[in-house]
Amino acid sequence: MNIIDLIKSIISLDLGNFIRRNFGTGPGTELLIDLGGVLILATFCLLIVIFLIWLERKVIARIQDRIGPNRVGGRYGLLQTVADVMKLLTKEVINPAGADWITYNLAPILVVIAALLTWAVIPFAPFVIGVDLNIGVFYFLAISSASVMVLLLAGWGSNNKYALLGAFRAVAQMVSYEVPMILALLVPIILARTMSTGGIVEAQTIPFLLFAPLSALIFYISSLAETGRTPFDLLEAESEIVAGFHIEYGGMKFGMFFLAEFVGTLFMSALFATLYLGGYRFFGLENWVSADGYPYGRLIGLIVFFVKMFAVYFVYIWIRGTLPRVRVDQILNYNWKFLVPLSLVLVFVVAIVDKLIPNGTNQVVRMSIHLGANLLIGLAAIELLRRRGRENRLAASGGPGAGRPASPDSGHGHEAAPAHDEHDLGEALGAREPITVPIH
Amino acid sequence: MSQQIIFFILAAVILTSAIAVVTLRNLFHAALALMVSFLGVAGIYILLEAAFLGMAQLLVYIGAISILIIFAIMMTRRLMQTSESPFNAQAIAALIGSLIVLVIMAVVVARLYPLTPSTDSMFASATTVDPVILESSVARMGRAFVSADAYVLPFEIASVLLLAALVGSIIIAWPRSGEEDNL
Repeated sequence: MNIIDLIKSIISLDLGNFIRRNFGTGPGTELLIDLGGVLILATFCLLIVIFLIWLERKVIARIQDRIGPNRVGGRYGLLQTVADVMKLLTKEVINPAGADWITYNLAPILVVIAALLTWAVIPFAPFVIGVDLNIGVFYFLAISSASVMVLLLAGWGSNNKYALLGAFRAVAQMVSYEVPMILALLVPIILARTMSTGGIVEAQTIPFLLFAPLSALIFYISSLAETGRTPFDLLEAESEIVAGFHIEYGGMKFGMFFLAEFVGTLFMSALFATLYLGGYRFFGLENWVSADGYPYGRLIGLIVFFVKMFAVYFVYIWIRGTLPRVRVDQILNYNWKFLVPLSLVLVFVVAIVDKLIPNGTNQVVRMSIHLGANLLIGLAAIELLRRRGRENRLAASGGPGAGRPASPDSGHGHEAAPAHDEHDLGEALGAREPITVPIH
Repeated sequence: MSQQIIFFILAAVILTSAIAVVTLRNLFHAALALMVSFLGVAGIYILLEAAFLGMAQLLVYIGAISILIIFAIMMTRRLMQTSESPFNAQAIAALIGSLIVLVIMAVVVARLYPLTPSTDSMFASATTVDPVILESSVARMGRAFVSADAYVLPFEIASVLLLAALVGSIIIAWPRSGEEDNL
């Protein structure tokens, strides 16, 4: 047991083997390693949020032509969030009158637990993963589906009608967007022939983003809705229902909801990087083992993974700073009438195409065929929407198609189609359909 | 041994929350206790190395069915202020019924998995499963669902049944012609 060995082990992310070498192998050592791993991962997730909040405020400020935090902690306001967290921690603990004590206080704890649990299946570097479950992706889906419940607990337990409205919206939105998300996630599973996150990374000699751009897009849109970020932030729309399900929460209880949201968003970025961008892969360098037996390549893998993860995270912030919020009926119609059919078709096509390609085909050829199929589906979807939009426009303006009565659900596909001119865009936004969804 | 300890903890959680479901006066709390019970069952599945089944339990029972139950509770008027006693006079009938079920299950399980002579203690070490089978359990299950000499017929019948339920619910919810949508 010497210091240089320890330092080398830390740099090569191989601390587990260092402990095994020095304290012997046995169930006690393994338990110690597992607990240490959980502690490190959970602490990392909780602390990175401080940086994420600062990043979000700074980037949004730049997008909106402001400066953002610039006082606390030097020119760049690096310690602003630390001060904010201190403020949240020292606030009074309040239980609103009429609130259900158990439910009200249980919800913020459960939401953080659910947000942290999902990180167990993210491969940070080769062999640096909480547990490489053979059902990794399914594990994430189960946890995120069960965590919808927590929002309902928070909304109901607060004894506030805005909170309950926000919870209803949240459940409607998250349960609906789970469907295209699961369908989109089936595509990388089909391509990699495994549900294990580690196995999916290993299968990506070419990142799956090039195999299945449509699946990546659908997953990205659904993950925006699942994490409740703009443009799908209806569950806490400040201008309509004040703050949604966490309106009655103050101090650190609110802080925990906030924390879970940021941890969840970063997790979605990590999952996107893992499933579509090749995770820690970097031209084989991530498996480099130096002459003295330390796998320094893991550090390269970790850095590559972080770069990819934060690139995806930056797009989340970018979208938040760019897009306005959509209406409840738009959000649900867009999901059920556009994303779900599209992802269903996509799963069928990918499964059949992948079955038709003979085993052992060159990866580049395989990639090109998949990419072509994806582009065809995408173009067909856009063309279909464009045609439908034109018919509706003609029907509305009394043109050649006016004789046909417009079906009650027509026009919902508008928001997905890229408008070809200003008139089309105005028409799409001005579509005055009745709200047919009982949740508003 | 540690598996038995975890099993007993899980069993205690499941039974306690199941009793809470039927005795709690607050229906919302009863629904929450039901979820804890579901969670315990998922834990038992994971303990039995059936991780996929455990996660499916989490996804279906907590992610979907519990939410449905809670929505039903919230949408029903005056359900929260119920003043009736949670007990009725059918305790003896319930006792007989559950005893019969217990006996049947005990007989069936004892027939299928008899304790072998070498390990006739309840606390004997757990049966080990071949890791190769565990590793490919999901793929095996998937193949069993669609292969003709396994479960393709029940699987397809269940699918048709679910589809029929889906179509039926859409037809019931469909607004009748001429009826103004007043939502």
